[in-house]
Amino acid sequence: MTVDITTKYLGLDLSNPLVASSSPLTGKLNTLAQLEEAGAAAVVLPSLFEEQIEHDSWAVHDLYEYGSAISPEAFGGYIPEMEGYNTGPDHYLELLEKAKDNLTIPVIASLNGMSPGGWTAYAKTMEEAGADAIELNVYRVATDVNMTGGELEQGYIDLVTDVRESINIPLAVKISPYFSSTASMCRRLVEAGADGLVLFNRFYQPDINLDELKIKPDIVLSSPVNLRLPLRWTAILRGRIEASLAASSGVHTGEDVVKLVLAGSDVTMMTSALLKYGPSHLATVLFEMESWFAEREYTSLEQGKGSLSQASAADPEAFERTNYMRSLVTYSSRY
Amino acid sequence: MTAQNIMVDGNEAATRIAHSVSEVIAIYPITPASPMGELADAWSQAGQKNIWGVVPDVSEMQSEGGAAGAIHGALQAGALCTTFTASQGLLLMIPNMYKIAGELTPTVIHVAARTLATHALSIFGDHSDVMSARQTGFALLSSASVQEAQDMAMVSHSATLRARIPFLHYFDGFRTSHEISKIAAIDEATIRTMIDDDLVAEHRLRALNPNAPKLRGTAQNPDVFFQAREAANVYYDAVPGIVQAEMDKLAELTGRQYNLFDYHGAPDAERVIVLMGSGVGAATEAVDRMVAAGEKVGMVTVHLYRPFSIEHFIDAIPTTAKSVAVLDRTKEPGATGEPLYLDAVAAFAENGGGPRIIGGRFGLSSKEFDPAMAMTVLDELAKDEPKNHFTVGITDDVTHLSLPVTREWKGSDDVVQAVFFGLGADGTVGANKNSVKIIGENTDMYSQAHFVYDSKKSGAMTVSHLRFGPDKINSTYEIQEADFVACHQFNFMDKVDVLNVAAAGGTFLLNSPYGPDEVWDHLTANAQQAIIDKKLNFYVVDAVAVARAAGLGGRVNTVLQTCFFALANVLPHDEAIAAIKNGIKKAYGKRGQVVIDRNNAAVDASLAALEQVTVPDAVTSATKLLEPVPADAPDFVQRVTGMIAAGKGNLLPVSAMPVDGTFPTATTQFEKRSIAQEIPIWDPEICIDCARCALVCPHAAIRLKVYDPAAVADAPDTFQSKPWKGRDFAGMNTTIQVAPEDCTGCMVCVNVCPAKSKEQVKHKAINMEPKMDHLEVEKENYDFFLSIPEWDRTQTKPETVKGSQVLKPLFEYSGACAGCGETPYVKLMSQMFGDRIIIANATGCSSIYGGNLPSTPYAVDDNGRGPSWSNSLFEDNAEFGFGMRLAVDQQSEMARNLLTGMAADVGGLAGEILDADQSSEEGIAKQRDRVSELKRTLATMSTPEAERLDTITDYLVRMGVWIMGGDGWAYDIGFGGLDHVLASNRDVNILVLDTEVYSNTGGQASKSTPRAAVAKFASGGKATAKKDLGMIAMSYGNVYVAQVSMGANMTQVAKAFAEAEAHDGPSIIIALSPCIAHGIDMSTMMAHQKEAADSGYWPLYRFNPSEEAEGRPAMKLDSRAPKMSFRDFAKSEGRFAMLARANPTHYEELMDQAQDDIDNRWHLYEQMIHVERTAEFEDEEVDE
Repeated sequence: MTVDITTKYLGLDLSNPLVASSSPLTGKLNTLAQLEEAGAAAVVLPSLFEEQIEHDSWAVHDLYEYGSAISPEAFGGYIPEMEGYNTGPDHYLELLEKAKDNLTIPVIASLNGMSPGGWTAYAKTMEEAGADAIELNVYRVATDVNMTGGELEQGYIDLVTDVRESINIPLAVKISPYFSSTASMCRRLVEAGADGLVLFNRFYQPDINLDELKIKPDIVLSSPVNLRLPLRWTAILRGRIEASLAASSGVHTGEDVVKLVLAGSDVTMMTSALLKYGPSHLATVLFEMESWFAEREYTSLEQGKGSLSQASAADPEAFERTNYMRSLVTYSSRY
Repeated sequence: MTAQNIMVDGNEAATRIAHSVSEVIAIYPITPASPMGELADAWSQAGQKNIWGVVPDVSEMQSEGGAAGAIHGALQAGALCTTFTASQGLLLMIPNMYKIAGELTPTVIHVAARTLATHALSIFGDHSDVMSARQTGFALLSSASVQEAQDMAMVSHSATLRARIPFLHYFDGFRTSHEISKIAAIDEATIRTMIDDDLVAEHRLRALNPNAPKLRGTAQNPDVFFQAREAANVYYDAVPGIVQAEMDKLAELTGRQYNLFDYHGAPDAERVIVLMGSGVGAATEAVDRMVAAGEKVGMVTVHLYRPFSIEHFIDAIPTTAKSVAVLDRTKEPGATGEPLYLDAVAAFAENGGGPRIIGGRFGLSSKEFDPAMAMTVLDELAKDEPKNHFTVGITDDVTHLSLPVTREWKGSDDVVQAVFFGLGADGTVGANKNSVKIIGENTDMYSQAHFVYDSKKSGAMTVSHLRFGPDKINSTYEIQEADFVACHQFNFMDKVDVLNVAAAGGTFLLNSPYGPDEVWDHLTANAQQAIIDKKLNFYVVDAVAVARAAGLGGRVNTVLQTCFFALANVLPHDEAIAAIKNGIKKAYGKRGQVVIDRNNAAVDASLAALEQVTVPDAVTSATKLLEPVPADAPDFVQRVTGMIAAGKGNLLPVSAMPVDGTFPTATTQFEKRSIAQEIPIWDPEICIDCARCALVCPHAAIRLKVYDPAAVADAPDTFQSKPWKGRDFAGMNTTIQVAPEDCTGCMVCVNVCPAKSKEQVKHKAINMEPKMDHLEVEKENYDFFLSIPEWDRTQTKPETVKGSQVLKPLFEYSGACAGCGETPYVKLMSQMFGDRIIIANATGCSSIYGGNLPSTPYAVDDNGRGPSWSNSLFEDNAEFGFGMRLAVDQQSEMARNLLTGMAADVGGLAGEILDADQSSEEGIAKQRDRVSELKRTLATMSTPEAERLDTITDYLVRMGVWIMGGDGWAYDIGFGGLDHVLASNRDVNILVLDTEVYSNTGGQASKSTPRAAVAKFASGGKATAKKDLGMIAMSYGNVYVAQVSMGANMTQVAKAFAEAEAHDGPSIIIALSPCIAHGIDMSTMMAHQKEAADSGYWPLYRFNPSEEAEGRPAMKLDSRAPKMSFRDFAKSEGRFAMLARANPTHYEELMDQAQDDIDNRWHLYEQMIHVERTAEFEDEEVDE
């Protein structure tokens, strides 16, 4: 029996709920093609970092200005000027255009801005370059001891509002799990114009090198245990907000996808497992997921989508207290 | 048709033409001609085509000799060719120039004329190089301005095709080559018209071609050579007519008429000067002023110097002329006169006589030549007995040949003259380049910029001279009375008399941290007096604050540029702002929007911060300009070094100068430049006595001493001392001390310090702190530190890091770049062996920071011993050092022979000296004692042998020869000689300071440049692998070879130096030397070196032939197997990263190949550590 595994995300019709999330694999045309071939229903390109663009521009400028006039024999500096430096968004937009030309699946551009003008300007250029949707990557480490959570949150809301007004394509917002009131924040983001939410961003977390006593920026690939966080919040949000939900983090197997769909995800996003096992792993996950639904005689993905959300589950409070209750029970039963 | 006006310098003006009419261009870097090669390479890389629609093939060669050879070959095979050079480079081309001319081959060599090295090297301009090529058979065509550099380039290329005589087109180095000026561009249509394609076809028909075989380059004999040499006469006879015709053709097309000899001045002139080159501009102003005053004077500008057309020359001189002075920008010692003068004399003589004629020299090495000097020469011509063979522009108090300049000169009131004092690193020069372009391109005004640099690479001061005016600017000399003076660095005000150049009533703009109400109290009395006396309009702006707020860091150029435009009134305010922003966009646009935005923000904020100072009526300051050298410095330093350091070298008379170029060493200690903002301060509580900071310091400005604790009994209270921790100097105390006024603030020491505070990891055993908070205290501490007795050389192990660093550096406070990667090696060498070595130094960075005036960094120990140093040339350094070895050995041999013969008289001491073991510091010390005793003995003897031996006893003590230079020398231009010296088996030590580019000339690719790196002459990324010089040296088997990297393994470096010195034969050390041209933060250069080794890019090894004698493989790898990819190493260096940005696809290809290079080389080296070169054979059994 065939299961209809199509889904809808940000208003886009997708052939299945597997989306290849931002990673080096989505930054090159050959791996993008491999992802499509493996069955990815959509791809999210790596993030365009406004901060990186500024940093790169300034680094190039510094490089050429430093030493440009320290010796009459090195008139004009030491490194020859190049025709161009690809410091702006051009390189990214070129990738976006080529991805659109070469792929049949939707291509979602990802943006991590810095300045209000930067967010809206880059989003607009992405739309013009043919992006099917834009995913805003809005996380900041709030180190300012004078900034309140409310102020920070309002900043995010304003940002989404501005971007929403500047583009006409669907807009997703990839958020951090670290809000005092995640559910409320999600509602406000949707009200501000987000067509969907991506749960959640995983960030570079610094480590310490004990030999050198230095801070080492590092990213650890996700493991299936990371699934729990988006699983919980997908289940909680499904039915509470009117927006697409994408789950990201810890999606490694077909069963992981199934769990998220049952919790209410419209799509699931994969990164770590694909980096670990290669683009073809996506086909395996897809097969596992489809088999699970087929074996249980679901007719479509939609049938099961959200069937274990907090609103639909038999024990809705489990999503609020799951770990605590279980461990308590385990403890009592052992002794 | 109106020609488009462009703002270019002379190099670009000439290259525009050369690139557009050439097919093959061979290049090699040499100042000041390098930019021509760089432009040609960059344009071809960018696909810019010549007038026939083909991109010229630009190839860098290993030397100028190679470039000339390549051109010669390409010409023989039918291509249209050009090359660019100067100075010694032109000398290396001469053999081929004879050939090219002898074969009547059309080509053009463009020369930015530069001084030839004689008693000293000079990078600046005169005609000594060109005059050395005047006999080659090339036609010589001179340009006097930037406009002419373009126009005569055009005439050269068109005339050479018609005449078949090759041309040397030249203009004055730095004055014209680097002067930015507004010129009328020759467009492509004009070039097409000037170049006759039929002549091109004829050139091709003369090419070697197997379909029409011919032979050129025969050997001829006495019977016919002479006649054959005369056979080309008709071609030379035709040249003047051809050149004039081409000039006339250009005039028709452009309206600019030139002649072989251009006369300018009164039609009935009685006094005429003759000259060529950039001095023409100053002379023109002088003649115009004198003619306007009714004087009957004139001048002749020489364009076509060879073939010298007597007819045209005579025609150019007014018949009314009674006396003529010919000015040569060259010197030919011993000649009856300089060449242009002799040509003029001969011309008049052949013409049956003429006016009285005198000759003189001017402008050697870019010495200023201004209108007052030209007037002085014209005045001299009015005398009854004018001085012949005079000089002008200097004071000759020895042979009294100089003409005292009695005239005064003030420029035209129509011309705005502005002088800017800045730092090399603050963007002043860049901003001024933009400013002249803004004015030149946005207004009808003419503009001109000329830049002057000081001789240091760290903390260098730049002086920009800008002129703007409604008429063409002929002023080819520095501004003497500036309407506008800007000082972009406040601390210059204590050291430099910036207001000396200010005109009365002018404007003075000072970048000041102090506002208009405070600044006066922070000026010296000298500055206050000048501001009052000259009634200057005085403005301040805190450009640093404005720049910082706009996100520009310490780069103050945009702020000060905006203030200049506001004060100079050359453009209406709104137009000026718009033009500056447009200039910013043009200059920085491709780097990114943020660069434009931040600079624009600085423009918008600048004027609000600009404030006028109300100047008090009286001087209130008690401080004076700092003296350049201390009052207790030696006499020579006071009289000469100090004057040069103070920027007053022009005032020194001939008698002040050494006659043979010999200068005292150890004089940098007197030139306290105090350029660092922050200096390293020691925390003895944390220090672990590793000595790394002292080892890596490029300027010997952080030092280590160990000493008896009693030595610091009388130390200043603030002097820090601690017990030494290790066993090597047990019981001693130690101090790490900064030389606060010699430190450049490069931070290499702090970055390499491994000792970190347990409470706060960022706090190390040395930490950068604001200099002004510590200056006075640390000055006193450093003086005391220097007074602590030096450690006994015999009581340490110099081959170790700590053991070497307790020894006094005999190379200190050089003018090298802050964070230089070369100088730590040089300093280490000086510590380990400096008391007993002679150094042969190839031309390059190391010869500049080693020998550029005013002061010399090679120092002396407490016994007065230290390195004795010389620089010959770029290409011959290995041979130069080899000669030193021969001389030392010969004198040593002679001394030993004499001593052997005198053994009976000298006694047992003779045998002790002759048999002495000098393989250790102790052995050398004992030998010195013996030789001292011998000298005392010799003093009692009166035989001729004793007297002879007394003059050469120094050679009985072991004396080392170190041959030192960069990769441009060792891998390229000097490789042939280096190879030969390696093969010689003589005891020389070669140190290659491998920066992987021609650093001194601005970063051109050498054969050491790694694949995928961007460098000048390889702007598309170097496509070939780095040459393995070490492997070539190893192939001889008897050469000690080490590849070292201080940042990767300091111990290995010290060991390699010791082994190289100990090796009785040739040795070569190839030392990775990070350079500003790598595009790295130089403060982290040691970390880059470590990554170079970790990635296998720079494997460390030692190849010691003496190991083989012990039955072990000679090769020892001192690196572990690569543990990071080349990509990971390369991404942190701008030289690679720029290619990744500009051309990612090509970058990836080259990166893959570069990784293969590394893998393959590592694979080879790994095998070599097991290789035994010497085959062992059993004696064959022989049947009885």
